[in-house]
Amino acid sequence: MPKLTVDGIELEVPQGATVLQAAELAGKEIPRFCYHERLSIAGNCRMCLVEVKPGPPKPQASCALPAMEGQEIRTDSAMVKKAREGVMEFLLINHPLDCPICDQGGECDLQDQSIAYGKGGSRYEENKRAVTEKYMGPIVKTVMTRCIHCTRCVRFSEEVAGVEAIGAVGRGENMQITSYLEEAVNSELSGNVVDLCPVGALTSKPYAFEARPWELKNTLGIDVMDAVGSNVRFDARGREVLRVLPRINDDVNEEWISDKSRHAVDGLMKRRLDKVYIRKDGKLVEAGWSEAFAAIKDVDAGDSVAAIAGDMVDCETLYATRALLASMGSDMLEGRQTGLDYDVSSMSAVNYNTGIARTEEADVILLIGTNVRWEAPLVNTRIRKAIKNGAKVFAIGEEVDLTYRAEWLGNDAGMIAKLPKAAADALKNAQRPMLIIGGGALGVKGAHGDALALAKKYKLVTDDWNGFNVLHMAASRMGGLMLGYAQKGGIKDIVKAKPKLAFFLGADEVDFTQFGDSLKVFIGHHGDKGAHAADIILPAAAYTEKNGTYVNAEGRLQRSNKAVYAPGDAREDWSILRALSDVLGHKLPFDDFAACRAAMITEFPALGVEAVADYGWEAPKLDTDAKGKITYPIKDFYLTNAIARASETMNRCSAELIHGEDILEAAE
Amino acid sequence: MSFDFLQDKDRIFTNVYGFQDAGLKAAQKRGDWDKTKDIIKRGNEAIIEEMKASGLRGRGGAGFPTGLKWSFMPKEAPLDRNGNPRPSFLVINADESEPGSCKDREILRHDPHKLVEGALIAGFAMRARAAYIYIRGEYIQEARVMEAAVAEAYDAGLLGKNAAKSGYDFDVFVHRGAGAYICGEETAMIESLEGKKGQPRLKPPFPAGAGLYGCPTTVNNVESIAVVPTILRRGASWFKSFGRENNHGTKLFQISGHVEKPCVVEEAMSIPFKDMIEKHCGGITGGWDNLLAVIPGGSSVPLVPAAQIMDAPMDFDGLRDLGSGLGTAAVIVMDKSTDIVRAISRLSYFYKHESCGQCTPCREGTGWMWRVMEKMRDGNAEIEDIDTLFEVTKQVEGHTICALGDAAAWPIQGLIRHFRPEMERRINERKGADSLPETLEAAE
Repeated sequence: MPKLTVDGIELEVPQGATVLQAAELAGKEIPRFCYHERLSIAGNCRMCLVEVKPGPPKPQASCALPAMEGQEIRTDSAMVKKAREGVMEFLLINHPLDCPICDQGGECDLQDQSIAYGKGGSRYEENKRAVTEKYMGPIVKTVMTRCIHCTRCVRFSEEVAGVEAIGAVGRGENMQITSYLEEAVNSELSGNVVDLCPVGALTSKPYAFEARPWELKNTLGIDVMDAVGSNVRFDARGREVLRVLPRINDDVNEEWISDKSRHAVDGLMKRRLDKVYIRKDGKLVEAGWSEAFAAIKDVDAGDSVAAIAGDMVDCETLYATRALLASMGSDMLEGRQTGLDYDVSSMSAVNYNTGIARTEEADVILLIGTNVRWEAPLVNTRIRKAIKNGAKVFAIGEEVDLTYRAEWLGNDAGMIAKLPKAAADALKNAQRPMLIIGGGALGVKGAHGDALALAKKYKLVTDDWNGFNVLHMAASRMGGLMLGYAQKGGIKDIVKAKPKLAFFLGADEVDFTQFGDSLKVFIGHHGDKGAHAADIILPAAAYTEKNGTYVNAEGRLQRSNKAVYAPGDAREDWSILRALSDVLGHKLPFDDFAACRAAMITEFPALGVEAVADYGWEAPKLDTDAKGKITYPIKDFYLTNAIARASETMNRCSAELIHGEDILEAAE
Repeated sequence: MSFDFLQDKDRIFTNVYGFQDAGLKAAQKRGDWDKTKDIIKRGNEAIIEEMKASGLRGRGGAGFPTGLKWSFMPKEAPLDRNGNPRPSFLVINADESEPGSCKDREILRHDPHKLVEGALIAGFAMRARAAYIYIRGEYIQEARVMEAAVAEAYDAGLLGKNAAKSGYDFDVFVHRGAGAYICGEETAMIESLEGKKGQPRLKPPFPAGAGLYGCPTTVNNVESIAVVPTILRRGASWFKSFGRENNHGTKLFQISGHVEKPCVVEEAMSIPFKDMIEKHCGGITGGWDNLLAVIPGGSSVPLVPAAQIMDAPMDFDGLRDLGSGLGTAAVIVMDKSTDIVRAISRLSYFYKHESCGQCTPCREGTGWMWRVMEKMRDGNAEIEDIDTLFEVTKQVEGHTICALGDAAAWPIQGLIRHFRPEMERRINERKGADSLPETLEAAE
């Protein structure tokens, strides 16, 4: 632990810290553009210059200089002030200073730092440089004249996203940042470069000219596009969520989110269910709430009632539905819409036990039937980190580009039980081995059991390490399983029971033909497949429009907050169920959301702790000997749910990045 | 003339003018590859000690003691993540691109075996596995000669397994650059060798710790390596007998510009400027009174006005005392017919063109400096602009990742230091000319 002084303040800093980190520990702000905690050090902006003794008699880039015993660091000397002013002046001479028409305005590092560390004027009288725009795809808008060449975007795409798509061409003042051959950046994390860009060179294309940051109301939320549970911030103006930004949570999403989490929100204003509908003579017609409730009562279902939950439902909605069904005498609950029927007798056997963050520590990783890049992009970045630390990756399933080198063992579920020698030896000799089994493999009979057998054989579970992981794709999955949304035989059991009344909670991936005889009540927010098949539609709130509890793939319970009101007649889900219960004569015992949540916590105490749930470790005895091909459930990353399918941006991403369509820019 | 000029018997580069063949046979006749095995038998430490004793300072410009540089290489190979030892490398900088410099070219095309033998000995001394000779892209013929020389050496068993029967395995690779000045910077050269965009790396880590492919690496200039075999054959004390204290040895000087006979010549260090010009270049065009200024060490060092350079010893310390430097000993002589502002402006253009663009002060500053210099050329500026220009050079100098920023700033600083009156004269004259029509208009 080196001891040093910063502006006369003595302090001890951790071994391996840089001078910049040391100064921050001493409470001194160091301006910077290129330096970013989660990227490699470039040292090229020269904004973080400080005076360091002993050393050469010139200022040093503090971001790249190791902190050493006995250093005397000055961040407030005349030399440092002059150096910062100099660099600031250089950065601004070719910057267009078009802040009034720049989307970065108000949240721009260059603006902020030029006020704090600049000179207030320029002596540059020559013409400024102009740079042609570059095309970077449907997410990233470029105004490259504003670029200050910090190379954060280059380093992000190479190091975190794993696509070598952005780079610099040219030399000196003609150096330009561009995508390879000006093609779209083909990464599901590309939106993060917009956050990283310290100036307005890379801004969000769908959000262009929408709002200024000071007009927006910020609400802390949880993302529901996948089972990672990324921590996000909803930025809303009026009734509309205009953008979603990541929040820092080192245990979950670090400070990244996928493009779907970020940009599917424009789908929240499209294809919304904002009225009650009842099917009359085969046609859905507008109706009132009481008419719809009466129609449901008329079925007189008794205990012949079931509920199927979709992928983006919060725990409170799930609980309220469960409570309603329980009061009617039914427990026909299911969340696995597509028909999966894996065993859930032990929660630990269907959980991501290693933890998303600790994935980085693994030294051998076996992927079983999972396209991690699409099913959980932010778990994929963790696997990339593990590889950087020296991990080896083996994969069973159809070969896909995961952005890193995996040794593919073939698309045959039989391989799980008969691992080739290389993979078997690697697992045997590993200190922290882990396997990840995805939804694709869970659909193959016996695969789950084979994977559990692997866990036992290769000692994946020890006292301080659990290497057995199931990677879910639905934000509502773990919460649903905790609330009993699983039948032994999956959705087939419910179909067999032929319920008179079936509730579909935002469930759009169900094969609705199986429920021909039931009265299908759809409680959801988007007019997608579920609404098309429904007999009665009760319009509900989307994830940005309600408070809610979500449990992510690793069993982490997180709470999301309401950013805006649901449109039209749409109501928050719990209140719909509460009102309906009254009509059905089974009045639910809560009158507001807080009471609903409290009732849930009383019944399920685990859902009251904002932490990673402790499921222990218990491996059930399951059928083994899987056979046959594994198919990945996600066919199109950008269109996995009703919100994304309604989103213009996501459709464009899908057309261009998945289907390779050329989208011509309209000539301005 | 009082100076002890270098005698022919003490010349290291005996074929610098290419009067003899560059091939292996001719080189051996000149004494190359003579008992190389015995030199290597002396052992790594003995060779490095001898080099330290010789007082050889790096010939690439910075003048860092060569023996000392070699001693920074690890004695035990560092281990990689899997526990295997990492190799060490010698990189030979033949990317001679400094305006004015043309010494390495003569070595490459006329005396390549001096370099190949030096690579083997130096590589052995620093425990390197192989040497990479990075040749400037424009040196096409030189690269061919070099490749032929390396091939000859392999065929004769002087390189490869058991090189020169010394029991040491050593390879030499010739790599051609693509013509970027910045690739002459040692870490940019390493990046370029790795196949990346030639941009200098941050230091630390220094190449001796983590260089080419993350392995310990030393980068040396062509001349520094090519003189090694001769120094080891004739002894450190012989080499040390030339030049002043701390500036020993012989050196290839490259005199260009307004002299009667521009040339590349090997001379003893510390030779007075006037003696060198008189003896080897036939004097200044138009006589000594016609001398305006001299850039004594290649484009990146500040110029020295005539009066100061005349009796100055041409060595590292002597020129440093004049506020300039020996650099690569590329002496650019300018007589009074030179438009000195334009000359320096042209150098500014060169640095603007060659800046890699990685770090801010150099990327933005070189363009700014050049544009202001262009205005200064015909006085299209204000007197205060000279001060602004000087301040801008100070804002670039010392704030960059590599030394290119310094190199771009120094020539302008030298110009302002010594020729400010000339710059002001141009501004005032132009103002006078501009104001004339205005007065006429006013009279109407």
